[in-house]
Amino acid sequence: MTRWRVARLVKVRDENPSARTLVFDVPGWPGHLAGQHVDVKLTAEDGYSARRSYSLAGPEGVELTVQRVPDGEVSPYLTLDMEPGDELELRGPVGGWFVWRPDGPAPVLLVAGGAGIVPLMAMVRARRAAGADTPFRLVYAVRSPERLYYADELARPDPGVSVSLAYTRRAPEGHPRPPGRLTAADLGPYGEADCYVCGPTGFVEAAAALLVELGHDPARIKTERFGPTGD
Amino acid sequence: MSTFTRGFRGRRRGEDDRLPPGQYLAEDFPVLSAGPTPHVPLDRWEFTIDTEAGQTHRWTWRELTALPYEEPAVDIHCVTSWSKLGTTWRGVSLDVLFEDVETTADYALVHSYGGYTTNLPLDDLLDGKAWIAYRYEGEDLTPSHGGPARLLVPHLYFWKSAKWVRGIRLLTEDWPGFWETAGYHNYGDPWREQRYADD
Amino acid sequence: MQTDHLDGNALAGPLAEIFTADVSAAVSRCATCGLTGPVAALRVYDRAPGLVARCPGCEEVVLRLVRGPDAAWLDLRGAVSLRIPLGGANPGAVATDGGAAGGG
Repeated sequence: MTRWRVARLVKVRDENPSARTLVFDVPGWPGHLAGQHVDVKLTAEDGYSARRSYSLAGPEGVELTVQRVPDGEVSPYLTLDMEPGDELELRGPVGGWFVWRPDGPAPVLLVAGGAGIVPLMAMVRARRAAGADTPFRLVYAVRSPERLYYADELARPDPGVSVSLAYTRRAPEGHPRPPGRLTAADLGPYGEADCYVCGPTGFVEAAAALLVELGHDPARIKTERFGPTGD
Repeated sequence: MSTFTRGFRGRRRGEDDRLPPGQYLAEDFPVLSAGPTPHVPLDRWEFTIDTEAGQTHRWTWRELTALPYEEPAVDIHCVTSWSKLGTTWRGVSLDVLFEDVETTADYALVHSYGGYTTNLPLDDLLDGKAWIAYRYEGEDLTPSHGGPARLLVPHLYFWKSAKWVRGIRLLTEDWPGFWETAGYHNYGDPWREQRYADD
Repeated sequence: MQTDHLDGNALAGPLAEIFTADVSAAVSRCATCGLTGPVAALRVYDRAPGLVARCPGCEEVVLRLVRGPDAAWLDLRGAVSLRIPLGGANPGAVATDGGAAGGG
């Protein structure tokens, strides 16, 4: 059984105007695998409580990146109001399927849509932390430059990891790829790989279909969908 | 023992005396669904009442919408704890549909396109307490809210108001439905806060 | 396109409250159509009074989970069997502190 643990916010980092990374201190945290998530519970003083799931962003410790959803119930609190020292409850790590282990020998293709970058970034970071030489390719579809997470880190060279950005609405000046939805060309050419796809439900369906079209074995495509609103 | 999260308030809870215990006021109309949304073409849609004696009463879409309708304005209460006050609907009262139905059954099992079921005592469907609703707030009921037609039984938690309703089976013994077999209360009175089977 | 469901990954947390093994990583067999695949790949409808996991092949219900304040109800009628991976290869999913699970 997994119980709720008290998590104290120790550090925040703005990723962009609408997303923030929160670093928590969780006594007794057992460690986790890249790709796992946590369930978070916030309880108001009158006893009302709300729960959400968030992917872990780093290979160690409890680090979450949260996208603010306008009119959301939990994300505005986490991204605007919560301050270091404040506490919430957290359960995890959970999910042993959508995970990457540093001893995995197969090349890896990561396909992120928007906030779906978070568990995939955890995999990139876990690879780096473990000194693994597994070839990684990350295709990150994002609406516009202001929506990018981890921009500086992704721009830094990381040997063995290739990163391509696919802007879907608006690209920065001089970006080689014109803005538009993700296509098979963005994900190709085919090369044998373990595929991980994470993003909003519609994006995941479309990206997984493109991967199958390119010749990937459906049994090697792992997906994680966000809910329709997921605030 | 819960840890409070400083400054977290969550959704506003209403102070309205029309709110049953443990409910908060919803401004929007949340869409809840236990499966994919069925899309039923109106020319193939039908509503049936099957009696315990094996008789079937059947209405096509054209027949149902030609019947006298009512426009109830009611408060609705979802077991996931949102309530919405003063919603307006158009639908046919089940009293009209039951006019020619001969039955001594005590129980009803409501079934829907898509396979959903819910059970309730037949008495809770009669005497102006329930409708087959096909318009909401002046518009045709959308598929996401149960269109073309849903059951509307506002005095019970809203899972009893089956979306995409297809028919009612009359039974001499109670037959628990989809949520009633998965931990939810068999009757579901929001004012007595009958949420779970143990309540 | 169906955009109203999540993956079975979403079951991992709620099931971790009940089982020590990670059931989301188990392989289930659909009682309706026989399709076999990871629980994590089921289609989960969570905007409902409980969690409803459906087969990606035939859309029939494989698993239902309702969490009340003091109890959970788990219905597995739609699964013929679950193959649950056991052993030490999954450190992240092992959390055996056995404390009482929190209520709402």
